[in-house]
Amino acid sequence: MPEIVILSGKGGTGKTSLTAAFAHLAQNHVICDLDVDAPDLHLLLHPRPRHTEAFISGHEARIRAAACNRCGQCIDLCRFGAIMETDPPVVDPLKCEGCKLCVSRCPQTAIDFLPRHCGDWYVSDTRLGPMVHAQLFPAEENSGRLVARLRQEARELARQTRRDLILADGPPGIACPVISSLSGVDLAVVVTEPTPSGRHDLERIANLTAHFKITTLVIINKCDLNPAQMAAIETDCRRHGLTVIAALPHDPAVTAAMLAGQTVTEYAANGFSLHLQNAWAAIQDYLSHNRRKE
Amino acid sequence: MIIAVASGKGGTGKTTVAASLAVVWERPLAVVDLDVEAPNLHLFLEPELTASETAFMEIPQVDASRCTRCRACVDLCQFKAISLLGDALMTFPEMCHGCGACMAVCPENAMRPGRRPLGAISWGHAGPIRFAMGRLKIGEAMSPPLIRRTRQKIEVLARTGAADIIMDAPPGVSCPAVNAVMAADVILLVTEPTPFGLFDLRLAVQAFDPLGSRLGVVVNRAGIGNRDVYRFCDQRGIDILAEIPFERDLAEVYARGGIIAQARPAIRERFRQLGRKLAANREPSTADHFKAVRHA
Repeated sequence: MPEIVILSGKGGTGKTSLTAAFAHLAQNHVICDLDVDAPDLHLLLHPRPRHTEAFISGHEARIRAAACNRCGQCIDLCRFGAIMETDPPVVDPLKCEGCKLCVSRCPQTAIDFLPRHCGDWYVSDTRLGPMVHAQLFPAEENSGRLVARLRQEARELARQTRRDLILADGPPGIACPVISSLSGVDLAVVVTEPTPSGRHDLERIANLTAHFKITTLVIINKCDLNPAQMAAIETDCRRHGLTVIAALPHDPAVTAAMLAGQTVTEYAANGFSLHLQNAWAAIQDYLSHNRRKE
Repeated sequence: MIIAVASGKGGTGKTTVAASLAVVWERPLAVVDLDVEAPNLHLFLEPELTASETAFMEIPQVDASRCTRCRACVDLCQFKAISLLGDALMTFPEMCHGCGACMAVCPENAMRPGRRPLGAISWGHAGPIRFAMGRLKIGEAMSPPLIRRTRQKIEVLARTGAADIIMDAPPGVSCPAVNAVMAADVILLVTEPTPFGLFDLRLAVQAFDPLGSRLGVVVNRAGIGNRDVYRFCDQRGIDILAEIPFERDLAEVYARGGIIAQARPAIRERFRQLGRKLAANREPSTADHFKAVRHA
């Protein structure tokens, strides 16, 4: 079953608006929001959760003041500077990595090691199909593990409901949650924009997808912003062997659709939507071509 | 004084704000790009980078001749980075968080410190501004250690010149962003007046408010969307310290790699005033006032 993830490196290039439009154009699919840190897809798809589950991952240390004899060993051992030199010492949960070193070395066994509730995840219904999504609690970690969990749930849901495509909105950047959202997918679609930042970050994400040997298609959003950058990005793509499947002009319909809580293809049947339909057709072409090869 | 430019949602204009604020800043200044996954500030400030170093994480190296396969390290490691396969102790460097627990617990001293490259830290200057940036190695999953290392570098560079620091933080509200902003006196949240902007601003306030730094908001692309971001800031008592209008001209300046505060006098003046409002927070009395307003 093919899995597609929409990525960008640089944030704010239009990943979520485009994923939502593809969720509208696609058929028989499961939708997945893998930007667990700042998820926005739900603002367009209005999911109704039918299953909610706590995401418990990793641990954090907590010192029992009554049992602590203030020897200070934990403070010296901690490589994350997470134990504040107060009386009694206190673990800063924002800095605690959950490595258990202090717990295992405390001569008074005065440090508890508590499971960490990092967020919640949901299986929901939307007007465009079933959706798996999550919210990592603010300032939490383990986003990569939560992304892996969501992908596993999405595959399970697709099997149960006999759906044959997983369409995922990815996180920005190139590290932990992005790597987790990329590993083993069939296709990455990278959304960029013709600016120095868009071009620079496209290079970074393209190097990452190449590192993991994942076929990558490119969409250039707001393509009319700067013709010189646009040409430079097209040259970069040729050099990396990346296919540009769409160049989308800036269109106020994207923000208008967001305000209406709709996907842009639902909101306006204008030229922009037509571009997106063509882009989606190109993605489907790629997938069916690859299926034939198998 | 340390100012972190952050946002929940990516692409709201953090780098634009950091670059513009930097070029109008009226005191000695050091600027750092802590968005080590997708660093872009150098594309606008065009610093001359005069030095660079690789940042490493300390990871264990097994001395097989000393290892007795007692499993103490395997049982303690929380990150599945060590495992006993048959008779061989294997480490998985990319899983390691560099906590040192295995080295501390090994009764045979069979774990020696090795290292894994995280990325590069480069530094130099853009005119009178001291500049540093981190750049995560492609394929490396863990950005927080490189963010912390890069932050330490700019703190050292700023100290020698008694300079203020402006930090360009990564997007989001999870561990990378928190690691970037945790030392800041003021966290400047850049948002846009749209539903996505509002939702992610709300998350950012939830994540950063407990850190105890002062929060201020910059509304970028003002004029698109609706007024909900303004209502939210009003309800939470968070000052909107600047607004940047949505204009095609400004977007084109950015697309050319320009700094908007240098492109138009009116925008320059806006950033100068933003800088003065931020600098005013250096005075304790004003700072208390600022806090009182926010928590009212």
